[in-house]
Amino acid sequence: MIAVYFLVGIPLFGAILLGVIGHKQAGSRINLLLSFLTMLASLYLVFIISEQHTLGGDDSEFYIDSLNVYLLALTAVVGFTTAFFSSPYMLHEAKVRNLSDTRMRLYHSSYQGFIFTMLLGLSTNNLGVLWVSLEGATLTTVLLVSLYRTPSSIEAAWKYFILCGVGIAQALFGTVLLYFAAAKVIPNVEDSLLWTQLFAHAGELSPVIITIAFVFLLVGYGTKVGLVPLHNWLPDAHSEGPTPMSAVLSGLLLNVALYALIRIKMITDLALAGEQTVHIQNLAGYLMMGFGLISFTVAVLFLHRQRDIKRLFSYSSIEHMGLMTFAFGLGTPLSTFAGLLHMLVHGLTKSAIFISVGHAAQIAGTQSIEKIRGLIKTQPKVGWGLLIGTAAIAGFPPFGIFTSEFLLLSSTVHTYPWLAIPLLMGLSIAFAGLFKHIQPMCFGEQPEGQQPVNATMWPVFLHLFIVLWLGLAIPEQLSQWFNNVTILITGSGVL
Amino acid sequence: MNIMLLTLSEQAILLLAGLVLFTSFSLLAQPRIVAAIRTFAWQGLLLSIVTVMVAIDTGLHHLYISALLTLLMKAIFIPWLLHRLVHKMEFQREQDILHHPVLVLLAGGILVIFCYSIALPIKQLSNSVTQPIIALSMSMVMLGMLMLITRHKAVSQVIGFMAMENGLFFAGVSATHGMPMIVELGIAFDVFVAAIIFGVFFFHIKDSFDSLDVDHLSSLSESDS
Repeated sequence: MIAVYFLVGIPLFGAILLGVIGHKQAGSRINLLLSFLTMLASLYLVFIISEQHTLGGDDSEFYIDSLNVYLLALTAVVGFTTAFFSSPYMLHEAKVRNLSDTRMRLYHSSYQGFIFTMLLGLSTNNLGVLWVSLEGATLTTVLLVSLYRTPSSIEAAWKYFILCGVGIAQALFGTVLLYFAAAKVIPNVEDSLLWTQLFAHAGELSPVIITIAFVFLLVGYGTKVGLVPLHNWLPDAHSEGPTPMSAVLSGLLLNVALYALIRIKMITDLALAGEQTVHIQNLAGYLMMGFGLISFTVAVLFLHRQRDIKRLFSYSSIEHMGLMTFAFGLGTPLSTFAGLLHMLVHGLTKSAIFISVGHAAQIAGTQSIEKIRGLIKTQPKVGWGLLIGTAAIAGFPPFGIFTSEFLLLSSTVHTYPWLAIPLLMGLSIAFAGLFKHIQPMCFGEQPEGQQPVNATMWPVFLHLFIVLWLGLAIPEQLSQWFNNVTILITGSGVL
Repeated sequence: MNIMLLTLSEQAILLLAGLVLFTSFSLLAQPRIVAAIRTFAWQGLLLSIVTVMVAIDTGLHHLYISALLTLLMKAIFIPWLLHRLVHKMEFQREQDILHHPVLVLLAGGILVIFCYSIALPIKQLSNSVTQPIIALSMSMVMLGMLMLITRHKAVSQVIGFMAMENGLFFAGVSATHGMPMIVELGIAFDVFVAAIIFGVFFFHIKDSFDSLDVDHLSSLSESDS
């Protein structure tokens, strides 16, 4: 349990400490050190869980099992590599955009605060605390989105704040309803929001209330996942905020929101299992499939008309979150396994891409796709990083995303063959959309006077290497975890 | 539901609940910003009274803490903060004109009916007070959303947002007799931070756009311009 306390405590301490220390250089060093310590704590936790499977639970406020342990590790690792990328990047930005020391202090403090809310949300056993931490994630990032104080960044931050605030309020209403249903069946009322208790008593919960609660929770957390039609905040917030923020928002926060949805779907499925018709029994699954497929399709089409490189990749995030939501909605063992793998590889790849994109935008001095040209000629590392990252995210074999998409597709063919058609079409349209934009950026002629920048590219190649490795061979421990979760969710495993 | 069968305190809770809903409607139609802030403060006060009534009715002591928190946050701190900001920006006489007040109010009425119909199936599972209260708090959330959509000034959007939060709190207190303490404190902290960030944002928006009209915030979109 001490590992969990460290994991959550270090970033919380960091958020407070960095709020006090204002110096630019020192701030970014401390940020890096704290992220490194958080990562060590997460690796220690991984070690513990690989020995004893679960930690906490019952009436404890924390609960770590196979589902959240790898997401915790992913969050801490990407948090560290992004912090590494962020320190020279933000110093460069601070010089170019003339950011004051106060602004940088806000940035570092919010960065740690954001990591804290995500780790708390993932490790808590209490669905109420999960809500509080997801709302906290919005609050810590909203001032980061408007960090540069340009009119468009303030607009993006306002939209982000209002839309996510309204969305997440729906989730709180759903949580209240869940508590209302749970308080009737769980002996100790104070424990009624603990996930382990809810899961143990899920069969006794009133189906009527759970149905209403699930719809509210889906809309609420779905806003944070970025499901269409609640996605409007996502491209704006990603494109206007500082790039390290886009990397952690896209790679990590969306995962945390989806994780909340999965936990709730597990309870809902059990609560509705006794209903008469199949339609009502699978209500949660059908709703998630529908929302997922719509998000996927819309995002894929929007990929083609983007002019801003960060907006391009934020639509790609919506596309992939849609795919994952669809996979968990489908609910077969194979698709669940694919969804779990996809969360991991998408998080790694997308943060790697955003890091390359950040450097590309610094080289060209703009985020406009038309003006970024000749990256490979100017700075081969950045150009190739972006190109390989895009190949991985588009689902090129042998990267891990190919594996998870392939598993999802074959599972779809087995259950709803007709749905494989829009999925396949969407994947190829996305492929074309991404490469239409990326190809001239990487290969084209460089504009005169374009200079390389001081780039930190090893996080990109590290992430992409792990993704490649996961595409070729999944380590036994990891596949064991995925299998455990699959059994927990669907009742049967795939291994 | 037969009113006469309820105990006196249950009747009082229902009456106060009705009044809270009434304040939601008057927020929806109030064009003057200062008056809207005052109505919002009244709503906060009514909510904390309801919480005290529920605490007396059920004998749960932790609800007194929630009532105190609500009184401090929703009836005093947030209205005071908004008032101060509005004065600082010399915004007192500003109006946030509603373009189709009749339509908006009608839509509000329809939303309330809709929420009651959603909450109908809960009836069999609960005592007679809980079901209308769930419907009522759901309506408050919906009315807050409607206010967010129909208003153009950042200040009134914030009031709509906070009114929504009030609806959620109301649901928590009256339907489930409060959430676990740790959750309630977390929510109160989030609302507190949100209020401060909103305040910071007013200045940013005013500095960049020279007004608090959110219609200016429309440059980021997918339409070709």
